[in-house]
Amino acid sequence: MTVTAPQAGDIVLRLDNITKRFGALVANSAISLDLKRGEVIALLGENGAGKTTLMNILFGHYQADEGRVEVFGQTLPPGNPRAALAAGVGMVHQHFTLADNLSVLDNITLGTESLWSRGKGRQAARARIAALSAEFGLAVHPDARVGSLSVGERQRVEILKALYRDARILILDEPTAVLTPQETDALFETLRKAVALGLSIIFISHKLHEVMAIADRCIVLRHGKVVGEVNTHATDRASLAALMVGSAVTLPKAEARVAGPVLLRLDHVSTRARGTATGLSDLSLDLCSGQITGLAGVSGNGQAVLADLISGLVRPDAGRIEIAGVEPASWSPRQALNHHIARIPEDRHKTGTISDFNLTENAVLETYSKPPFSRMGWMNWPAAEDFARGIIARYDVRCQGVLQRIRLLSGGNMQKLILGRVLEPGPRIILANQPVRGLDVGAIAYVHTQLIAARDSGAAVLLISEDLDEIQSLSDVIHVISEGRLSPGFARGTTTAAELGLWMAGQGFEGKDRAA
Amino acid sequence: MRLEPIPNPTLGRQLALPAAALAATVVVASLLALLAGANPFAVLGQIVTGAFGSKFALLETLNRATPLIFTGLAVAVAFKAKLWNIGAEAQLYAGAIVAVLFGTGMLGTPFVLPVSAALAMLAGALVLLGPVLLKTRLGVDEVVTTLLFNFIMLLFVSYLLEGPMKDPMGMGWPKSEALIKEARLPRIAEGLRLHWGFVLALIAAIAVHVLERRTTFGFEMRAVGANLGAARFAGVPVNRVLVQTALLSGGLAALAGWSEVAGLKGHLSQDLSPGFGYTGIIVAMLALLNPLGVIGTAIFVAGIFVGSDAMSRAAGVPTYIADMLLASALLFMVLAILLTRVRLVRG
Repeated sequence: MTVTAPQAGDIVLRLDNITKRFGALVANSAISLDLKRGEVIALLGENGAGKTTLMNILFGHYQADEGRVEVFGQTLPPGNPRAALAAGVGMVHQHFTLADNLSVLDNITLGTESLWSRGKGRQAARARIAALSAEFGLAVHPDARVGSLSVGERQRVEILKALYRDARILILDEPTAVLTPQETDALFETLRKAVALGLSIIFISHKLHEVMAIADRCIVLRHGKVVGEVNTHATDRASLAALMVGSAVTLPKAEARVAGPVLLRLDHVSTRARGTATGLSDLSLDLCSGQITGLAGVSGNGQAVLADLISGLVRPDAGRIEIAGVEPASWSPRQALNHHIARIPEDRHKTGTISDFNLTENAVLETYSKPPFSRMGWMNWPAAEDFARGIIARYDVRCQGVLQRIRLLSGGNMQKLILGRVLEPGPRIILANQPVRGLDVGAIAYVHTQLIAARDSGAAVLLISEDLDEIQSLSDVIHVISEGRLSPGFARGTTTAAELGLWMAGQGFEGKDRAA
Repeated sequence: MRLEPIPNPTLGRQLALPAAALAATVVVASLLALLAGANPFAVLGQIVTGAFGSKFALLETLNRATPLIFTGLAVAVAFKAKLWNIGAEAQLYAGAIVAVLFGTGMLGTPFVLPVSAALAMLAGALVLLGPVLLKTRLGVDEVVTTLLFNFIMLLFVSYLLEGPMKDPMGMGWPKSEALIKEARLPRIAEGLRLHWGFVLALIAAIAVHVLERRTTFGFEMRAVGANLGAARFAGVPVNRVLVQTALLSGGLAALAGWSEVAGLKGHLSQDLSPGFGYTGIIVAMLALLNPLGVIGTAIFVAGIFVGSDAMSRAAGVPTYIADMLLASALLFMVLAILLTRVRLVRG
């Protein structure tokens, strides 16, 4: 540790020529950056640009192939998270690292207390946590079980955990991905307090407006290289976006449409909660031909079970599903397919594809049992390969051939294959659950264009996303889901992000409940 | 220390590591021989010549491989669908019981062989039906149920051989009556001990291979095994596929018992199977669950058993060396397969 306290403007962290390769892939290429005391810098980049890899090197989870990390003037030993912690680096991961069955206090002190004098240390720890909570505006009850906390509260516990370990440098990996706009504002308030107290922050994001709001400087990564470093006061969102993707990208713009007949109706549907997952409570939803219905909400509020319901994996415990006015006699994934529902699942690696199967096998995964792919119990592989070749050509899937294993494809190409698989049969209803998560801008535009085209040819589309920008730019009607309840529909352009945020936080439902 | 995945293992790595596993097995065998006070080179040499060194030895090895091909196939198809059938031993005995039941004069002569084979498969399938229904309906772990069925079946066989199936002319030994001549699988050639069961096993392996690669059911089976969640999402009737896979697996394992009784022993006794059902797991794993590979690994495993018997007679080293050899071969091979896909890094 340094003897003299660092002054404002001192460099507290220096990354010097960091290079990291994974096989042939260069995840980070000669990246250098400085972080000053009391400064917030944003690391901006698309998915796969190398942000998370860089931070994992800084925190010692990975070992860099070249280059070094310097904290408060001292070089950190590579690949040693303990040393990074001791030097005052704290990391808040995108996926929280908390024990659900322990209290907040236990989670924060875990690994810091001595084995012998547990009782004595606890009182001191409790006082210290209370002081930190007050100082940084991180309200959370120390005796609450973490499993019972909301996502926003869990994030506060993660930050407290870092502060409790005397972190002077905080790394936040996509901290707003799971927050409502209001919770994001509260987080930013905390970060500003931290900076005023002399901490330094690295903020990883791909949301431009947040970067503009919180960061002093912004470092843009692309394909593992630093492609730009700009002062946020001297730039705007458009030029940041251009830096991030390398060229000006025009996202498809959907024009408003007049709704056709109702193709899928959920009529007062309820499902029981499964484990920690929220069930649906008395939810009614109409999906109309020629319309994109957007479903906004903080993750974990019932989107998963709603998607499973429409996919055929879950049957309603109460209420009914109607397809074009008729209630299906039975309900299963195959029934959903027979009713011309295209399903783009949330997790294309685990649910959408079978990683060890080749492109052909994945292309016919939903239609393998029908002619021409299956005749009298025998697979017709040449027909299946032709089908796969057609998808590869029409949906621009970049691959080495129909017999390549799908696990070797990039996320975007995998998603294009899934798109081809579900759109080729000409579906009437399309369920798109987080269809662009983890994709690069080019693939995002492609997926959105396909969804708009399907809508224009008369399909009813349900778009589930946690990204409000995506919902607002594509949807003809927007609903918000919160704790398994559905808000009324808002037509395109009749609502603001702030209003949607209030619904996402659960406000507005009380009045609706009382009225009902 | 931690593991880092290798996305595209080189061909060299894919060949070198199994070879290294084989070499490590040889080293372990040598150490065991030294421990027993014998010359390791002599012991290894005797195992190899004892298994493959003469026409007689080779045919004996193929005879021993026959039930292992069937149980290996039974395990391979089940494991392919991630159905953990540890009960091939029980299914084997179900097949053996049927061979005796219908082979000792109950059936008319012309069709006795095919009919008793079909009924044996049915019996083996039924033995596995209970555990798989418990799994698909109630979520009961099939590892436990199929394993426990082995003990139930052994005790049942013991009861049969002491009671209703006991040979009245058997001088009090717990064994069944002998099969009639028409119910026995003929030898492949006069004067050879090898019987047609071996050819049937080869045909079964090819049939399973074609089933997996060419049929709709085979595709469903592989999909369920490779990713149950994705298969269910895509509309594969997962439970139906698991039940059908179980029926096939049980039927294949039953053929092992049926062919041992009808082809080799001619009667049922309690020592019919020296653990063929369990060894089938090793055979299937060494073959990476590939049905054609099962033929090769079954012959390899049978060779170690037969060779160790011969070596034991000549060198005075206990035959337990065979079990230890197989165990180490399996462990090294599993490790080698793992290391083709991941590497160990420090830090």
